[in-house]
Amino acid sequence: MKYIDEFRNPDAVRRLLEWIRERSTRPVQLMEFCGGHTHAVLKYGLRQLLPPAVRLLSGPGCPVCVTASSDVDRAISMAHLPGVVMSTFGDMMRVPGSSVGKASGRSLQDAKAQGADVRMVYSTLDALSISRANPDREVIFLGIGFETTAPTVAAAVLQAQAEGLENFSVLSLHKLTPPATKTILDAGEVQLSGIIGPGHVTTIIGSDAWEFLALDYGISCSIAGFEPVDILQAIYFLVDSIEKNTPAVRNAYRRTVHAEGNLVAQRIMQRVFEVRDAEWRGLGNVPNSGLALRDEYATFDASRRFAVEVGPSAEPKGCRCGEVLRGVAEPSECPLFARVCSPEHPIGPCMVSSEGACAAHMQYGEA
Amino acid sequence: MSNDTIVLAHGSGGRLTHNLIRDVFVRHFSNPMLNAQDDAAIWTPRPSEAARLAFSTDSYVVQPIFFPGGDIGKLAVCGTVNDLAMVGAQPLYLSASFILEEGLPLADLERIVASMAATAHEAGVEIIAGDTKVVDRGSADQVFISTAGVGVVPDGIAISGANAKPGDLVIVSGPIGVHGLAIMSHREGLQFSFPLASDCAPLNGLVTAMLRADTQIHCLRDPTRGGLATTLNEIAGQSEVGIEIDEAEVPIPESVQAACELLGLDPFYAANEGKLVAVVAAEAGTAILDAMQSHPYGQAAAVIGRVTSTHRSRVVLRTVLGAHRILDMLTGAQLPRIC
Repeated sequence: MKYIDEFRNPDAVRRLLEWIRERSTRPVQLMEFCGGHTHAVLKYGLRQLLPPAVRLLSGPGCPVCVTASSDVDRAISMAHLPGVVMSTFGDMMRVPGSSVGKASGRSLQDAKAQGADVRMVYSTLDALSISRANPDREVIFLGIGFETTAPTVAAAVLQAQAEGLENFSVLSLHKLTPPATKTILDAGEVQLSGIIGPGHVTTIIGSDAWEFLALDYGISCSIAGFEPVDILQAIYFLVDSIEKNTPAVRNAYRRTVHAEGNLVAQRIMQRVFEVRDAEWRGLGNVPNSGLALRDEYATFDASRRFAVEVGPSAEPKGCRCGEVLRGVAEPSECPLFARVCSPEHPIGPCMVSSEGACAAHMQYGEA
Repeated sequence: MSNDTIVLAHGSGGRLTHNLIRDVFVRHFSNPMLNAQDDAAIWTPRPSEAARLAFSTDSYVVQPIFFPGGDIGKLAVCGTVNDLAMVGAQPLYLSASFILEEGLPLADLERIVASMAATAHEAGVEIIAGDTKVVDRGSADQVFISTAGVGVVPDGIAISGANAKPGDLVIVSGPIGVHGLAIMSHREGLQFSFPLASDCAPLNGLVTAMLRADTQIHCLRDPTRGGLATTLNEIAGQSEVGIEIDEAEVPIPESVQAACELLGLDPFYAANEGKLVAVVAAEAGTAILDAMQSHPYGQAAAVIGRVTSTHRSRVVLRTVLGAHRILDMLTGAQLPRIC
C-alpha cells in the first residue's frame, strides 16, 4: 500500500539500524512523548532491534491516560443527568474514574450498562448528527485529546453555532503537549538525552513549537511519524545530534510536518478555545496546558451548562500510572501490572487506551 | 471496569467472552461434551453404534442485516454449518429461530429466508425445524436469528482445539479480516478501490476436501469474532502448546489493510466468516495445502506458522522486521455486532 509499505520496508529498517549502531558511541535515553509511538515501537519490536546503548522511555502522550480521574467522574455524573446523551471516542468509554464502587459506575461504559445514554463516536461530526436527530435531548461531546483533536472540536462548535444547534455542548478536557514536556524536564526525575516528538501534534503546531527544547533545555528533539522507518530515522537524527553535541530540533516526518504547522487549524483552535491550567493524571496541575471554551462560546460549554457534584477523587491503590506517564517506571515495575490490572480489568488508564504504555506492553510484550 | 453488569465487550468474542463462558455458562452447565469447548459438541448416541454426532448452535444479531457479500440469513446458515465442520462433522440438519421486531418489512424477511435456503442448498443441509417470535418495536433490532445444527462425524477423525502438537503446521485458508472490515466500512460509508465484500461462506466442502487429502488434521477453527489472533490463542491455550506465526506469511488483502489503517483496527483481530485455521501434522502439510488450494474457498490458503513446545499457551508473532512479540487475544470490543 502506497505511503505505508515503503515506511515498513525491512531493508530500509535494517539500513537505519546499521546507521544508528555505527553512529552511537555512548548510552542515550530517549523519550517517545506520544502513545502512538510507544504502540508502534512495541508492535514492531523496535526495542529488541536497537543497540542496547539506545534506551527508549514512554512518555505522557496518551490523551485518555492523562485525563484526571476527577474529570472522568464529572463526565460520568453528567452522563447520568436526565435527557443527556454523552458521546465520546471509544477508548474514553473504559477509562476508570475514581468512584470505585459508586452506584454511578466506575467508567462511562459502566454508566452505559446502568442505563445512561453513552454513545461511541468516531468524530465530532457524529456527535453533531446525534444532536440534529435528537432535538429533545442534550448531546454532550466529551472532548479529549491534544492539539490534534482540539481543532476538529473547535470546528464542530462553530458548525453548531452556524446551524443554531442549541442542544450540543462540549466538555473540553483538551490538553497541550509542550507544557507537559516542560513539566517532565523541570521535575528532573528522568535523565533524557533526546525526545521523539509527536508526529500528529506537530503537524498542527509545527516543529518550531519544540525549539525551546534545544534552546532552553539543551535537549534534541526529532519529530517522527508512526511507521518503523519514521521512528528509526528520528532516532538516528537524535543519536547524531547527541554525538555532535549540538542540540537541535530535526524533522523526520517531512511528508506531513512543517516548521509553522497547520495555520488554519491553529486559528480555529485559538478562536474557540483559550489556554488555562489543567489537571493531568500523573503530572498534577500543569500551568497553561489546557483548553477551555472562550466566553463567546459559553452556551456550548458543558461545564458551564451542567452543574454536577463529584466527590473527592482518588487514584487506585498501588497503581503506578502516574510514574509510567512520566517515564519514571516501566509498566512491568508496577505491582498491579498483569496481576490484577489487565486490559479486561484495567485498574489504571494506561491499561485502557490502546495508546497507553501498559496496554501496549500487555498486548505486544516481548516474547 | 466492574464485573456485575454485562457490557458489549462480553460479546466481542475476546477475553471477556471467554471469561463469561467459563465463569457463568460452563460453571452451571458443566459436562464433558460442553467442557471440551470446541465449536461443536460431539457425542455417540449409543455406545454400540459407530457414528458420532456433532451438535452446535449460534445466534446472529448483525447490523446492518444486509451487507456487501451477504446478509444475516446467509451468516446464520454458514455460522452453524461451519461450527459443525470445525469438528470434522458432515452437517446434516439445521433448525432456525427468528425474533422479529414489529415493523420489519415482510419483503426483507423473505429476502433473508430465501438467502438461507440458497446457502443451505450450497452446504447440502436442510432446515427442518423452526420457531418465530415477534417483539414490540424497540425490543429487538429488525431481526435476530438463532440456528442449531447436527452433523455426523466420520470414523477416524479426532479434531479438537486441544489436539495441537509441537511440530504441527498452522494453515489459514485465505485472506483474513474481510468480513469484519466489510461490515465496518459499509457502516462508516467508506469505499475502497478494491471492493470489500464479506467472505461469508459454508466451509464444510473445504473441510471434506482436506480430510480426503489426509486425516491428520489436529485442530480446525473458524476465526470469527476476535479474529485470527483470538483463535490462535484459544488453540494454544486448549492444547497447552506455543504457536509461532510468521507475520510476513499471513495473507492480508490490501483493502483490509487500508480500511484497518483508516479505522485504527488490527487485521489480526478482525472477524472472518468464510475462513478456517487448521493445525495439521507436518508430514500431511503439503497434501492438505494442495487440497485447500484446489477448492474455491481455499485458493489462497497458506502456511503461516508452527506449533512449538516453548512459550506454552502463548502465541508469538515474528514481525516483518524480524523481531518477536506476543500476539494476544482480543480484549474489549473491536467491532460491535458483526455477526
